[in-house]
Amino acid sequence: MDRRPERVGRAWLARTVLLGLVILAAACADNYPQTTLNPRSDITRLIDQLFRTTFWWAVVVFVLVEGALVYALWRFRAKPNDPEPVQTHGNTTLEIIWTAIPAVILVLIAIPTVKTIFKTSLPAPNPAVEVDVIGHQWYWEFRYPKLGVVTANELVVPQKKMIGLRMWSADVLHSFWSPQLAAKRDVFPIFSQTKLKKVNPLWFTADTVGDYTGQCAELCGIQHGRMGLRVIVLNDADFDKWVAAERVGSPLVEGGKVPAAVDSVWKADSIMTKGATTFLTGGCISCHAMVGTPLAGAMTLRGPNLSHVGGRTTIGANMYENTPTNLAQWLRDPQGMKKGSHMILPRPLTEDEIATLVAYLRAHK
Amino acid sequence: MATSVLEHRAPAIHHAHPKTGIWSWITTVDHKRIGILYGATAFLFFLLGGIEALIMRLQLMGPNGKLVDPDTFNALFTMHGTTMIFLGVMPLSAMFFNYFIPLQIGARDVAFPRLNAFSYWVFLLGGLFINASFLVGAPPNGGWFGYANLTSSRVIAATAAAPAPGMNIDFWVIGLQILGIASIAAALNFFVTIVNLRAPGMKMLRMPMFVWMSFVVQVLLLLAFPVITVALVFLMMDRNFGTSFFMPDGGGDPIMWQHLFWIFGHPEVYILILPAFGITSEILPVFSRKPLFGYTAMVFSGIFIGFVGFGVWSHHMFATGMGPFADTFFSMATMVIALPTGVKIFNWIGTIWGGSLRFTTAMMMALAMVALFIIGGLSGVMHSAPPADLQQTDTYFIVAHFHYVLFGGSIFGLTAGAYYWWPKMFGRLLDEGMGKAHFWLMFVGMNMTFFPMHFLGLNGMPRRVYTYPPGLGFEFWNKFETIGAFILAFSFLIFLVNIIKTWFGPANAPADPWHGATLEWSIPSPPQEFNFPKLPMVGSSVPQWDARRAAGGHLPEPALVSGADIPMPNPSYWPLVSAIGVFLVLGSLLFIRVNPVHWWQFTLFGVAVLFFGVFRWAFEPPH
Repeated sequence: MDRRPERVGRAWLARTVLLGLVILAAACADNYPQTTLNPRSDITRLIDQLFRTTFWWAVVVFVLVEGALVYALWRFRAKPNDPEPVQTHGNTTLEIIWTAIPAVILVLIAIPTVKTIFKTSLPAPNPAVEVDVIGHQWYWEFRYPKLGVVTANELVVPQKKMIGLRMWSADVLHSFWSPQLAAKRDVFPIFSQTKLKKVNPLWFTADTVGDYTGQCAELCGIQHGRMGLRVIVLNDADFDKWVAAERVGSPLVEGGKVPAAVDSVWKADSIMTKGATTFLTGGCISCHAMVGTPLAGAMTLRGPNLSHVGGRTTIGANMYENTPTNLAQWLRDPQGMKKGSHMILPRPLTEDEIATLVAYLRAHK
Repeated sequence: MATSVLEHRAPAIHHAHPKTGIWSWITTVDHKRIGILYGATAFLFFLLGGIEALIMRLQLMGPNGKLVDPDTFNALFTMHGTTMIFLGVMPLSAMFFNYFIPLQIGARDVAFPRLNAFSYWVFLLGGLFINASFLVGAPPNGGWFGYANLTSSRVIAATAAAPAPGMNIDFWVIGLQILGIASIAAALNFFVTIVNLRAPGMKMLRMPMFVWMSFVVQVLLLLAFPVITVALVFLMMDRNFGTSFFMPDGGGDPIMWQHLFWIFGHPEVYILILPAFGITSEILPVFSRKPLFGYTAMVFSGIFIGFVGFGVWSHHMFATGMGPFADTFFSMATMVIALPTGVKIFNWIGTIWGGSLRFTTAMMMALAMVALFIIGGLSGVMHSAPPADLQQTDTYFIVAHFHYVLFGGSIFGLTAGAYYWWPKMFGRLLDEGMGKAHFWLMFVGMNMTFFPMHFLGLNGMPRRVYTYPPGLGFEFWNKFETIGAFILAFSFLIFLVNIIKTWFGPANAPADPWHGATLEWSIPSPPQEFNFPKLPMVGSSVPQWDARRAAGGHLPEPALVSGADIPMPNPSYWPLVSAIGVFLVLGSLLFIRVNPVHWWQFTLFGVAVLFFGVFRWAFEPPH
């Protein structure tokens, strides 16, 4: 990985401990999977370059000014029988100089800042993949309108292709933050019955295949702290395979209808039939769209679309690994697993129902 | 020419009123006693806010913390921020405004002594009101910035655990309204005091720097608080009367709240820091035995900071997607503020340069304030660049930044002021040994707590999260910070012990223990009720140094005088009655949803109390 800052770090460490610590933090970026200091996309690299420019200017100013201050403390400490110091009231030349030099430094920071603003804040010109990002209390919905995919909490994208995000919220303010890939942008509620439509853009082109974490960065209620997300970057072939799988039963493809061939296979499978029944009778359907149920095509339910939840790596907005044990516990006691979550069971589920649902949900990859 | 209003009043009979006892404090209109009331109250709230911070640090000490539940954590950071800003730093500054503006400008009291008492009582009741929310189990939990529509919405913000919205945010909205009335009344009072009551010869450009910075703060308060008042009224209407100022489903816009909040909120930052700048500018010359370097530049840079401070509010909103032109404007305006701030820092260094530095606790605190504020200023420049801010905003990097500015800046500055002015206020010198222990532990604890937050923020830890999962690399520094926070808390325990020990110690402070430069050192410690037996004549910005020099370096201890012929305002309890009226009127709004039919009867009762209080106040003889 990136070894450069470590080498530089040694040399600086001797001069000031604080500075050394900053570099140490940068050098150890490998140990921080959610770091902003190890950019893995075009846009985060632009931001990182700008940050490093201002950072090094700040280091220079820090060393000079704190140095002058500490030197003065030591040099001008009172000694016994000091005469009264010279009563200077100011020095116009000096004051002009120390106003002008910071002004020049600020200009040197301002120029790359404005350039980077215009490079980063406009919508993507020609994105290869468009994704609608919708914040909910407390999960992320991702819709791929052109590819016909609706999923939650795990944004799957191809590598080395420009991804254009259009983002809004279904309830309160949230902020989409993927530190290594896309930086951060707030999302605002949008209601179709009014004219107000603040859709925020963001774009990025991921360097390489990988699994990146992120999370909501705007206070959005009780579970703001665990409103996580993952961005999974795949190569083109894997991405196409993922899209093909996700399209089955997607609300964006024939309103959630599955092809007859798939349907007949599921009808013959007891896990699928029993599970679908339990999904209805257990009340899951009142909040969740699910392939093979009457509300497979619903887009405005409160909970995440569960059609391919078996294929996701985590549940509860990147809170728990998607294992049978965790899924079962989630169905048994969602409030114990995530206090304040909007997931309320209409009635407690029996252990049989939980087992059925776990098998059923995990079968839907 | 500035002369005292009090001086022109016809001498009246000096009523015999109690000088001690609880009643004398309840009815006091003496700016010095009100200052002490502000200070004592604010310090207790400050300790409360500190305890809230310690609970948060314990929760975040390790991953998946389980000490408090998520909703409690949201309440803790909301109340920590609200308390420290509105009930801690602002009233601690108000303590110094109260006590030292009249003394430093050579006045016998503030312009409106009873209004001053009214401000204090309203502040006290507002602070108690917000904190009463803990007692009914509904503490505010929407952040000190209270972003709509999380705070305005009545349905979607409800949680499964609490489907109906509680009174949490109502406590916050109404409490801030009450505190706003106290702030505006006090600001008017100090503004008029500084403009009208300066001693003969004290031109504006001879005022002590603390008075100058306080003056700028009063202007900021007068211009900024009306904005938050309006925003809070809108929010209250959204919550209670079905309006849609910030509700998108009714055509409102939640971003409007952010603009209104930060048009108040950014000047508020300067309201918090400029008093500390002023205190530092008082202390450094005294303990360097040199006048302030570049006095005029210091005055105008302070004014410039206050002025431009109204044009940078949207740098809190770079992540909202305002577009490249707005981003550029607010970014450049923000960077410009670095210039006058830099001027101040260079002038402080210029002040100590070539001096003869005495390292008293006050001096060390003031120097640390300069050193730490530089760090906060530099990280501020880093996120004045909007693209960089897209990574940094709402992360611990910002938490680090503003704690360097507000703890390193404001709190160190105010603590410096406490050590510096304690002998003047109480006639007793705080123990310097304990003071230095306090300083070093506070300095180390502060840096241990807040410096690693830079690393955590840049490495991906967002703010306002009740916990974090293991594996993100956040464990080490969080534990380190928690240790630092307890060292910091311990340093204030030493301060508390120092205060108690000094309280019971001998009255050992002379009138001018530090060889100060300004008028408050020319009168006994503590000053008599009327401050100055005879109003001083001022010929420069360092009148006490002039007097000392004229006396050949040694000034005699000022004598206590009877002052029976000096007319001073009578004590009065009508300010308290009026404050209770304000409290009842606004407090009644809490019950709009609880009792939609009868709540207004409560309001009417409050209006009656307020009217009665103000009426009796208006027709009370002044002397």
